Amino acid sequence: MSLSRRAFLRNSRNVLVGTLAFSNGAIALLAPSRAWSLPLNHLSEAEGDTLLKVTRYIFPHATLEDAVYALVVKDLDSAAADNTVNNLLSTGVRTLNDRSGGNWRNLGTEEQFRLVEAMAGSPFFEKIRSTAVVSLYNNELAFAHFGYQGSAGDGGYLYAGFNDLDWLPEPPLKDSGVIPT
Amino acid sequence: MSLTEKQKTFSHDDDNVVVIIGSGAGGGTLANELAQQGIDTVVLEAGALHTTADFLADEWASFNQLAWLDPRTTSGSFRLARDFSGLPAWIVKAVGGTTIHWAGASLRLQPHEFKARTTYGDIKGANLLDWPISYDDLEAYYANAEDRMGVTRTNGIGGLPGNNNFKVMHAGAQKLGYNCNTGHMAINSAPRKGRLSCQQRGFCFQGCRFGAKWSTLYTDLPEGIATGHMELRAESHVARIEHDKKGRVNAVVYFDSDGKEQRQKARVVAVAGNSIETPRLLLNSASSMFPDGLANRSGQVGRNYMRHMTGSVYATFEKPVHMYRGTTMAGIIRDEAHNDPSRGFVAGYEMETLSLGLPFMAAFLNPGAWGREFTHSMDQYAHMAGMWLVGEDMPRESNRITLNPDIKDAHGMPVANVHYDDHDNDLAMREHAFGRGEAIYNAVGALETIRTPPYPSTHNLGSCRMSARAEDGVCNSVGQSHDIPNLFISDGSQFTTSAAENPTLTIVALAVRQAENLGRMLKQGTV
Repeated sequence: MSLSRRAFLRNSRNVLVGTLAFSNGAIALLAPSRAWSLPLNHLSEAEGDTLLKVTRYIFPHATLEDAVYALVVKDLDSAAADNTVNNLLSTGVRTLNDRSGGNWRNLGTEEQFRLVEAMAGSPFFEKIRSTAVVSLYNNELAFAHFGYQGSAGDGGYLYAGFNDLDWLPEPPLKDSGVIPT
Repeated sequence: MSLTEKQKTFSHDDDNVVVIIGSGAGGGTLANELAQQGIDTVVLEAGALHTTADFLADEWASFNQLAWLDPRTTSGSFRLARDFSGLPAWIVKAVGGTTIHWAGASLRLQPHEFKARTTYGDIKGANLLDWPISYDDLEAYYANAEDRMGVTRTNGIGGLPGNNNFKVMHAGAQKLGYNCNTGHMAINSAPRKGRLSCQQRGFCFQGCRFGAKWSTLYTDLPEGIATGHMELRAESHVARIEHDKKGRVNAVVYFDSDGKEQRQKARVVAVAGNSIETPRLLLNSASSMFPDGLANRSGQVGRNYMRHMTGSVYATFEKPVHMYRGTTMAGIIRDEAHNDPSRGFVAGYEMETLSLGLPFMAAFLNPGAWGREFTHSMDQYAHMAGMWLVGEDMPRESNRITLNPDIKDAHGMPVANVHYDDHDNDLAMREHAFGRGEAIYNAVGALETIRTPPYPSTHNLGSCRMSARAEDGVCNSVGQSHDIPNLFISDGSQFTTSAAENPTLTIVALAVRQAENLGRMLKQGTV
């Protein structure tokens, strides 16, 4: 019986799992539990985990939870439904491992970074970067972390802090305007 | 009830109608003004009809809902060709056009800007020309436009209350001796003409859900339809304009929402598809009589494309700003808008607050960037203030819209290629503007300042410019094409030069003036 790689992966129900690192962070307040998991449909667990760590080197935010970086992996996994993307990602991961003489994930952080940096500009790197620059910053968890209120602004900030900055002088009325009542 | 549900409709064979292509600031205003005169008008809009209730408080989702995403290509040395090679412009494909997305700044051009060639002289590598109209010719129409749009600090309308981003700009401006206020905005500071007042959502670019910001979607288009002399056809993507044996335009061919080709006869055709689509359409309408495209005997169709000198400065502070709360363009400094060649460049620029949500900040802060410098900036998002720099760019014959025969749109028509090289004057102005923007924020304790390159442009100008002599441009002082008397240019493509100001107010003023002149010509039978 032959089993295609993708069919095998789909059947094996790969899952990326993690635990929130900061129990009192903005994200912890939003999350229903400290543990998180991400089912993978097209990538292996090792590939998913590698891509997550690579993304952390491309867009390093020291205190941003892996759970947010996992959203990048989620989008890469969806994109990997396309064979070309799937090959690009798995070949890229394999290249990192080959250059590591085994498993890139077992290297020290400096070595890991050096190998990621060496791939900057490659289609593999660009696929991750261009996906991450959207996915990483376009979700409620990131909004909470970075202090953006997103769709909470839909009703307007007129009575919700649009002018609550108090560390600079208040502009005179002639340069500003009356708040409607 | 839908905007178009009970509208008057016209037959495809009705050759007595004026056909207007585009429903934004130019097309939408012109349509209403003609309909008010009892002139039967058909508006063909490529985009779909959305209502204010459809607008999204989500930058990427809204972008996918509203932006013109049909393929385009780029070339030239401007950085955008590298950063966003398929997206030279950030404009809207929907009923109401880019009046849904615009920030609302409504500034009159300065008198000297209508005389760019005379004022700035012969600038090497630039194709400067005086407008065939003066500020005085347009003054009454500016007054009309300010009243119809409800521009703050005109007609007794109060200024908008300033938000946090404004406070930072204002405090910095005070230190440097600049004047700064919440500007002339076509955003209601109090309810007016059936529209609500601004609720400070901060999603001006995504469409104003309260209708506080002026857009043709909920002003001129419904007003025009109400006269019974105007029909709006959404999802009607124009492919070409046809003409008769005498060389007069007589029909417009378009694809309807089902992708089916339709042909609307016309008495007059007015093109208002924004400065990329307008010349593309004229070029795509080439025939044996007009082998280089319509209205192109001068060879000027598509040339002198301008996109304004732009750039942004963001600055980070020790304490929070939350710049995204409230109007996107919340404060304006005009003290660098004059012409003073001693600064090292001719013409001038405006400084206007600007904010982006977290998703678009990531996309536009430094496109292509990665690593610690980028993430260090993003980490300070909540403590960031920002401004946009917008100034007059030099018209150049080689900055132009051409057809790219290798790439076709969904209807098989060649797409537009946008070629742009920054002029040395643009570069010198940008450098100066970056410096002044940084100085404003440094004066109030900025920790760091960030220079952000131009975004895909919302200000697309020129490309079918008005000129006194037929050989210098495409249309005359009322937007009538030099070559074809019943073909008009009705959008920002008419701009002879770009001036420093946000262009919408001037586009509306020109449309009102054109409607008056076109109405007279139709009545007199001279068109």
